[in-house]
Amino acid sequence: MDFNIYDFTSFTTWVHNALTSSMSPGWAMFVELAIVGVVFIAFYAVIGLYLVYAERKVCALIQNRKGPNRVGPFGLLQTIADLFKLLMKELIYIKNADKFLFNLAPFIVIIASFMAIAALPFAKGLHAIDLNIGIFYLFAVSSLGVIGILLAGWSSNSKYSLIGAIRSGAQVVSYELSVGLALLSIVIFSGSMQLSTIVESQANGWWIIKGHIPAIISFLIFLVASTAETNRGPFDLAEAESELTAGFHTEYSGIKFAFFFLAEYMNMFIVAAIAATVFLGGWMPFHIPGLDGMNHVMDYIPPFVWFMGKTAFIIFIMMWFKWTFPRLRIDQLLKLEWKYLLPLNLMNIVLIAFIVLMGWYIK
Amino acid sequence: MEKLTGRSKVVSNKKLSFWESIYLPAIIGGMFITIKHFFGKKVTINVPEQTRKRSDVYRGMHVLKRDDEGRERCTACGLCALSCPAEAITMVAAERKPGEEHLYREEKYATIYEINMLRCIFCGDCEEACPKEAIFLTDRLVESEYKRKNFVYGKDLLVEPVEKDKRIDVSKRQTPEVLEFKKNKKFTHNK
Repeated sequence: MDFNIYDFTSFTTWVHNALTSSMSPGWAMFVELAIVGVVFIAFYAVIGLYLVYAERKVCALIQNRKGPNRVGPFGLLQTIADLFKLLMKELIYIKNADKFLFNLAPFIVIIASFMAIAALPFAKGLHAIDLNIGIFYLFAVSSLGVIGILLAGWSSNSKYSLIGAIRSGAQVVSYELSVGLALLSIVIFSGSMQLSTIVESQANGWWIIKGHIPAIISFLIFLVASTAETNRGPFDLAEAESELTAGFHTEYSGIKFAFFFLAEYMNMFIVAAIAATVFLGGWMPFHIPGLDGMNHVMDYIPPFVWFMGKTAFIIFIMMWFKWTFPRLRIDQLLKLEWKYLLPLNLMNIVLIAFIVLMGWYIK
Repeated sequence: MEKLTGRSKVVSNKKLSFWESIYLPAIIGGMFITIKHFFGKKVTINVPEQTRKRSDVYRGMHVLKRDDEGRERCTACGLCALSCPAEAITMVAAERKPGEEHLYREEKYATIYEINMLRCIFCGDCEEACPKEAIFLTDRLVESEYKRKNFVYGKDLLVEPVEKDKRIDVSKRQTPEVLEFKKNKKFTHNK
């Protein structure tokens, strides 16, 4: 298979060589880090803002409304206007809040989601860092955010915030197990934790197709568990507007609130991107063995477009899910995880191990 | 005990069947409903570009009518202001000078006639009180403004234009009794 027209490896090595030839290795490293940082900050802002727009639009369409349609064409500039509003708003400090932790919490949340983007392979050779334990890293980093949420709830010195944060903690700790086990199933299939290797292993078909029934079960469990892990509806007990006003970010205003808000949407993007990478072949085009003509046409669509398309598809499913179902109660939420998803997941892992051992999947 | 009505129902608390208790069919059914609405017809009306048809007797923004010759009907009698429960109407009366007969119908007219649209409750009592059929509520809306003072509508906004084709049609809000009254030439102001 030939991906050379869209292979970014040569481009990145060329940038690296150009930098090392003109300056010392230390400075070259520094410049590279700066470039990657700037690119990711821009990416983060754009994706975060447009996910908010997409959420509002999907919500509106499902509720027979039109959604934002005044600021810019189709309301595309609405969230940018909202960002400027949030930037100009006053930062309110609570009298008895723990100032240091109160200010620190939004940064922890946003840094945790920022770290996760680094490991995502956007196209061949286009990832900031290709760790050989990529899945493990993502899993570890994506659960760091809950520390920020707990800190925010505790330091606000508010009942609503504290209840929201405690709920969020219970929820994230529980659902991490299911997320991890669901990803583990594909690690068993592909035999690697390196994200680039996992994507390469799907060149002849995505894991959700090659792994048939157990992979589909893992995919569904991953969707449900990751929705819960990112505190999104119908598992948004941590925010629960109707009962806790806004949960852990009740006391935040202005740009700090925006940080929580953006981080929430970026977490959704990250879990959708992980699902796309692991189950739906990442940047790999859709191929049907035998139909060479169609496969060639698919190859001409850039891998970045494939990756973003799959991610957008999963994000749409998550939004669709959110705006369909009412919020669960905390006991229902924990029962779903500990009594249903976790046993199902463990049995599924055993099944997958058996299938891989017998070679009953499409190689 | 004897039942008061036959409408009460016995609540069924039957156990869910296995198929129901796994919830998946209900979840898929629910998602199907929302996706149907996703592509369905939207109920939003883009106000102010688009407007919905309002009833002919809708009580919206007022109009001060002119008669067929383009003269203002209002004589500044003050009955509308008196009847107004929200005290939204104020006026200043003046005497018609010779040479102004083409402007004002009677010897007395209102130099200033103001309705505070923030106070107005659109009850229509002014319309009922008016003996000269000068003020009517119409199916037009009072548009939004940025300043409170802009909501005090003066004669420039309330009096209808002189041109025949730009007149505000209120014929549909007039009851048959009113129309009959207008035909009666016994009353001088109908001449």
